Amino acid sequence: MHAATKQHDFEPKIVAFVCTWCTYAGADLAGTSRMQYPPNVRVLKFPCTGRIDPVFILRAFQKGADGVLVSGCHPGDCHYMAGNFHARRRFAAFRALLDFVGVDLNRLQFSWVSAAEGGKWVDVVTELTERVRTMGPMPEFKELEHEEQWSGAINTPELKEAYDSIG
Amino acid sequence: MSRIGVFVCHCGENISRTVDVEQVAKAAGEIPGVAFSCDYKYMCSDPGQTLLKKAVAEHKLDGVLVAACSPRMHEKTFRKAAEAAGLNPYLCEMANIREHCSWVHEDRDMATAKAKDIVKLMVERVRKGKSLAPITVPVTKRALVIGGGIAGIQAALDIADAGHRVVLVEREPSIGGHMAQLSETFPTLDCSQCIMTPKMVDVANHPNITLFTYSEIEKVDGYIGNFQVTVKHKARSVDESKCTGCGICMTKCPKKKIPNEFDQGHGMRPAIYVPFPQAVPNTPVIDRENCTMFQSGKCGVCAKVCGPGAVDYEQKDTFTVEDVGAIVVATGFKLYTIDRKPEGSPIQGYGEFGYGTIPDIIDGMTFERLASASGPTGGKILRPSDGKEPKQVVFIQCVGSRAREKGISYCSKVCCMYTAKHTMLYHHKVHDGQAYVFFMDARTPGKGYDEFWRRAVEEEEAVYIRGMVSRMYQRGDKIVVMGSDIQVGVQVEIEADLVVLATAVQPQDGADLLAQKLGISYDKYNFYSEAHAKLKPVECATAGIYLAGACQGPKDIPDTVSQASAAAAKVMTLFAKDKLERDPVVAKVNEKYCVGCFACKKVCAYGAIEEKEIRDRQGNLIKKVAYVNPGVCGGCGTCQATCPSKSIELDGYTDEQIMAMIEAL
Repeated sequence: MHAATKQHDFEPKIVAFVCTWCTYAGADLAGTSRMQYPPNVRVLKFPCTGRIDPVFILRAFQKGADGVLVSGCHPGDCHYMAGNFHARRRFAAFRALLDFVGVDLNRLQFSWVSAAEGGKWVDVVTELTERVRTMGPMPEFKELEHEEQWSGAINTPELKEAYDSIG
Repeated sequence: MSRIGVFVCHCGENISRTVDVEQVAKAAGEIPGVAFSCDYKYMCSDPGQTLLKKAVAEHKLDGVLVAACSPRMHEKTFRKAAEAAGLNPYLCEMANIREHCSWVHEDRDMATAKAKDIVKLMVERVRKGKSLAPITVPVTKRALVIGGGIAGIQAALDIADAGHRVVLVEREPSIGGHMAQLSETFPTLDCSQCIMTPKMVDVANHPNITLFTYSEIEKVDGYIGNFQVTVKHKARSVDESKCTGCGICMTKCPKKKIPNEFDQGHGMRPAIYVPFPQAVPNTPVIDRENCTMFQSGKCGVCAKVCGPGAVDYEQKDTFTVEDVGAIVVATGFKLYTIDRKPEGSPIQGYGEFGYGTIPDIIDGMTFERLASASGPTGGKILRPSDGKEPKQVVFIQCVGSRAREKGISYCSKVCCMYTAKHTMLYHHKVHDGQAYVFFMDARTPGKGYDEFWRRAVEEEEAVYIRGMVSRMYQRGDKIVVMGSDIQVGVQVEIEADLVVLATAVQPQDGADLLAQKLGISYDKYNFYSEAHAKLKPVECATAGIYLAGACQGPKDIPDTVSQASAAAAKVMTLFAKDKLERDPVVAKVNEKYCVGCFACKKVCAYGAIEEKEIRDRQGNLIKKVAYVNPGVCGGCGTCQATCPSKSIELDGYTDEQIMAMIEAL
């Protein structure tokens, strides 16, 4: 049985932030070549990896992503000349920050996948999915999201009561 | 956005085989804000598009999502359909459930679940989408051509003949370039001057062409359709408007023994000169480094003999700014000088060949001048050292080219053919002479090229020896050429009277500096890079700049002319409209929140971000903010991810849209 169709206890949610020129096209090529990979990945398309704000990655973790992939053109191939270089620097710094706050960096991957590398896209996605699967779910950030809700909306009876008591 | 229509495509069976499209459509219909959803066998077909248009009208849809193939495939199709239905095309999006789902997964349940998720994400994108209007920028219908060789001349003439004005800028005192130096051209043995000089005259006489010779590009500002180019007009020391081209100054100049660059240093010229008799314009220039007047302040003969008083020793470099809408770069090539190792370059010279130390070892272009009727020998093949007619000539191909160990790995493309031509020219002029050619491969792709090469071997009796030369040295008045014949497997030694090296074609000196001024990219050899090797071979990645000729890579004349005409056609396409329309995916600044840190300016690869001053009614400066020039912005969005105050936004990929998609995960 193929890896993609095996039934598992835990299906990780993988979010991929990709550039439209290289990796999105590479993923298209994987499709036209009828390659197979785990269906856990959800792709968000950007014009360039340079457009990807680290906040998006944090938000994805908060919204239940167990692993995040950022992928764009190889160095020197950027459609916009230098966007991927900016992205590379930004994520080098961002990874260090995530490491500092205690996120296992194995959940975050940065890979170059060109429009001709359908096979590489399949490998990268499969590898990340399987790796995150063995790591299990990532609850920390999801809990953070609940905290954020507390600070904003008054949506629990306890909070409502507390607010009412203040008068 | 509250009335979204979702259309799920079966793509025949391509999607419906692994994705339960009915379920996907049903799930989509339950998403808040989705007013209509359905599935259809072929959405891209005419009935499919009609279905979409009807649904937009019937259900008053204000956004459309087509869940089908990759947007790279049919986004344009559906956006057009949406536009026909009265929607803004940018409110139509595609959810890729074929390439990214049905084709790559086998499990029907999981693939269906994924397709639903993809649709859910994309519905959010449509919901937060904005109507965008295509950006229009005015086009200045005037072109700049840089380089006056055959490439630049052809491009300039084509554009000018189409009725557009052209500025042609040439660095040397005359246009003509390398083609004017050639004796005869392969594969027809046309006289180069005979086919070249009429074109040069056409350029000079064309009412639409402004010709600036002895001029260089100083600075380039602006963007496609709206370039401002500063041209430096080097001081000629001769007033072009007064000079009649009589040439008396040249005959009277007392300093006459200066090696002529046009003849590869083998002929002589005076200090006031035109590079060659057919020069266009036929206006002399004073070589200030060699002119006695400029060196010692005494002489002034040319000024005294000049009837119209055109000679002006006080002339200074001047600058003009030219407004143009498109630029054709046609700066051409130079030949690899193998005696010297260029400073700071990984390229190594061929000291073992003795070029530059043994006078009778010359390069291909020098041979062209020796064979040319207007050359220093009047068209007789005479060797430089003693002026004798050489009876044995050795030609060596691939000197520099295809030699990774020497630093150049590419093939120079023209040498096989011009060496075959040289053997013919030699045989035609020296009937009892023998030509030998050392070659690695004979590369003769091109119309009539292989036939031409075979003629050189079979009819003109050139002896082709497959192998390379290891060493050359002088013995008496002969040059001993030591090489190997790898087909026979022996070492050969030839006593030659003259050796001609087919040295590599390289980009012009300063090609990299010009590229930096233009903002175009170049490879490690300084050849200019095209936007796409196969599908955009003429365009640069920088919009509005086009390439022609050997500045992009080694090319022969037919290829150069073809590319020049292609570049001209691209310019005409650009000039066919008064306004330039482009994709509105560009960044916009929220001036209210921008603090003017200009972090965006630092990361912008296009130079699209400018500083804008905000003043109150009294004219006092309140603050400086960033401004994005929509004509220049490439739409990468790097500025938005960089902006610390989040006050710059890329239309079509706003934070709001992306965050909404992430929320829907």
